[in-house]
Amino acid sequence: MKVLQEEGVDTIFGFPGGAVLDIYDALVKTDIKHILVRHEQGAVHAADGYARASAKVGVCIVTSGPGATNTVTGLASAYMDSIPIVVLTGQVNTSLIGNDAFQEVDIVGITRPCTKHNYLVKRVEDLARIIKEAFFIARSGRPGPVLVDLPKDLIQTTTEYKSIKDVHLRSYNPTYQPSMKQLPRVVSLIKKARKPLIFAGGGVILSGASRELKQFANKIQTPVTASLMGLGCFPASDPLWLGMIGMHGTYRANMSSAECDLMIAIGVRFDDRVTGKIDTFAPNAKIVHIDIDPTSISKNVPVDTPIVGDCKITLKKLIELLAAEDWKDLKKIRKPWLDQIVEWKSTRPLAYEQKDIIKPQFVVEKIFEITKGEAIITTEVGQNQMWAAQYYHFDRPNSFITSGGLGCMGFGLPAAIGAQVACPDRTVVDIAGDGSIQMNIQEMATAVQFGLPVKIAILNNRYLGMVRQWQELFYQRCYACTDMADAPDFVKLAEAFGAVGLRATRPDEVARVIKKALSVNKPVIMDFHVEREEGVYPMVPAGAPITEMLLV
Amino acid sequence: MVNNITNATKHTLSLLVDNEPGVLARISGLFSGRGFNIESLCVAETMEPNVSRITLVTKGDMHILEQIKKQLNKVINVIKVLDFSGIPFVQRELAMIKVHAKPENRAEILRMVDIFRSRVVDVGAEYYTVELTGDEDKIAAFLELLRPMGIKEVTRTGAIALAREKK
Repeated sequence: MKVLQEEGVDTIFGFPGGAVLDIYDALVKTDIKHILVRHEQGAVHAADGYARASAKVGVCIVTSGPGATNTVTGLASAYMDSIPIVVLTGQVNTSLIGNDAFQEVDIVGITRPCTKHNYLVKRVEDLARIIKEAFFIARSGRPGPVLVDLPKDLIQTTTEYKSIKDVHLRSYNPTYQPSMKQLPRVVSLIKKARKPLIFAGGGVILSGASRELKQFANKIQTPVTASLMGLGCFPASDPLWLGMIGMHGTYRANMSSAECDLMIAIGVRFDDRVTGKIDTFAPNAKIVHIDIDPTSISKNVPVDTPIVGDCKITLKKLIELLAAEDWKDLKKIRKPWLDQIVEWKSTRPLAYEQKDIIKPQFVVEKIFEITKGEAIITTEVGQNQMWAAQYYHFDRPNSFITSGGLGCMGFGLPAAIGAQVACPDRTVVDIAGDGSIQMNIQEMATAVQFGLPVKIAILNNRYLGMVRQWQELFYQRCYACTDMADAPDFVKLAEAFGAVGLRATRPDEVARVIKKALSVNKPVIMDFHVEREEGVYPMVPAGAPITEMLLV
Repeated sequence: MVNNITNATKHTLSLLVDNEPGVLARISGLFSGRGFNIESLCVAETMEPNVSRITLVTKGDMHILEQIKKQLNKVINVIKVLDFSGIPFVQRELAMIKVHAKPENRAEILRMVDIFRSRVVDVGAEYYTVELTGDEDKIAAFLELLRPMGIKEVTRTGAIALAREKK
């Protein structure tokens, strides 16, 4: 407990059980706030949302066996998205480990591939050090989830607590400082480039480098696109902003990537949803890749100038180097390229047509307008996630919270709860689908119990929309098992939980429902009955070059 | 990741790792989870009791090898990764072979044992058990020569290796 407080932990998301009774007994005697979730998966997603909104480490406690196994999806999601969380799991008595005891599971074995690191504590003398290391590993380098398994007998034992100052791990030294040999090369590449492009990702947000990115992009007058995880790292209101890249990226972002002669990739990992067909990605470009994790570099895409280092430190150093150069004619040099991008934008903007039935894009746009772009947005996974990414324009980081790499449905609501705990003064909206929201709907009870006024906007098309869209495009409209016509009445459901339920079935009701939802200081479910067969466009078919976009 | 079998060659890696339970599982899990290849793997304590050395032979092109090394370095319990590709190193493997020793073959077996600087470690009524150390080619050649006599069982350790010192 003391270690947790030393680490600055003020909130824990969890669910008690037999193996962690002693931790809970000690926990309630501290001033650490505990948010009791309704399912352990919710606890991990909430800690994830908390970590992303606050840029601190999220913490969970769950019991052994099923409590522990229920954290696996949350851990895998946090691992893919490099989110710093520490999960403490209960374990049976050390003497029983390996005996198939009640609620025993080898959680360290199960979570090895989906955590940055994990521990089974075997001696009480190691406990404080291991917890300390867990936090250090979770937040340093490329962040990620760390699990610590705590046998019951061990946490019943008391030991003298000795404060540990520094954590030193001989086998773990992340590289923060970039190689000074590489940076001048980047400067000369920028000097030579005629069509440069910055491709930024979640790493920029994780290292807190948004300000540096903006300075850098403006200095070299280079347009910026971002992966899903990177949204918010560069202000969407800046003229150099292109929108998201990839499978559902904007036309101009994808075209820019195909045409650019220099791509400066910062804190990204070239996911297949970004690159499309890998050998046609950025075919004309020299690629500079800045990332703290060497395994991300040249994993999927061959890189010309690799730079291992922290995004913020590296960008700062680059900006210093750039200041020494002469950029007098830069505006003139960039003009044809920037003009081209404006043309792409004006000929092929993101578009939809709002007629009699509510379009989901319209709902997201209205949420954007009414919240003035200042809300924290979490999403579920699927069409709702992509529309949120396309139509909510983020001006600041730590505001878009989504399960990017793992893409796990049921993420948005618990993540919104975590974000709301971290930022009680901000509006938190979960943009959800009717399918995903049902995966962790039980967390409504958590939001109500702890007075967390999260707003859930369900884009209700009574389909598993993204899967249906693939069936429409690639499976001859055979909508196999994606029809969810018998969804619950979400308004009544909200009321049953003790929250507020609102519904809009006509376009003219949308704004009123959103305003009403924002005006009550309670959790609200907004049920928007939207066009059933609306699709997310542009769309690049999986495995195709990202310039081959289906545009509506 | 593209698994380019055509350019796949063998590489010997030597890892220094924390001598803790679960570390081997992390390494082998990394290989199976990412579709990398393990040809052989040897692990034992070093002079420092809390450090173990794993000698691992893998197969892959340079791109895959690069990823393997990076991924290994990323494992918290891995202290050091040494790649012997392109540097001189000594590699040895131990094999024990139970070979059918019919009376008419015994002299021939013993002669080969002598030529290969192998040793007979157990003599039974019908079988000799011989041990042989050497690199992979030597062991393969020896097995090939013994095969016509009838090999009952073979056990091999997999390769261990150390870099050569400067002359």
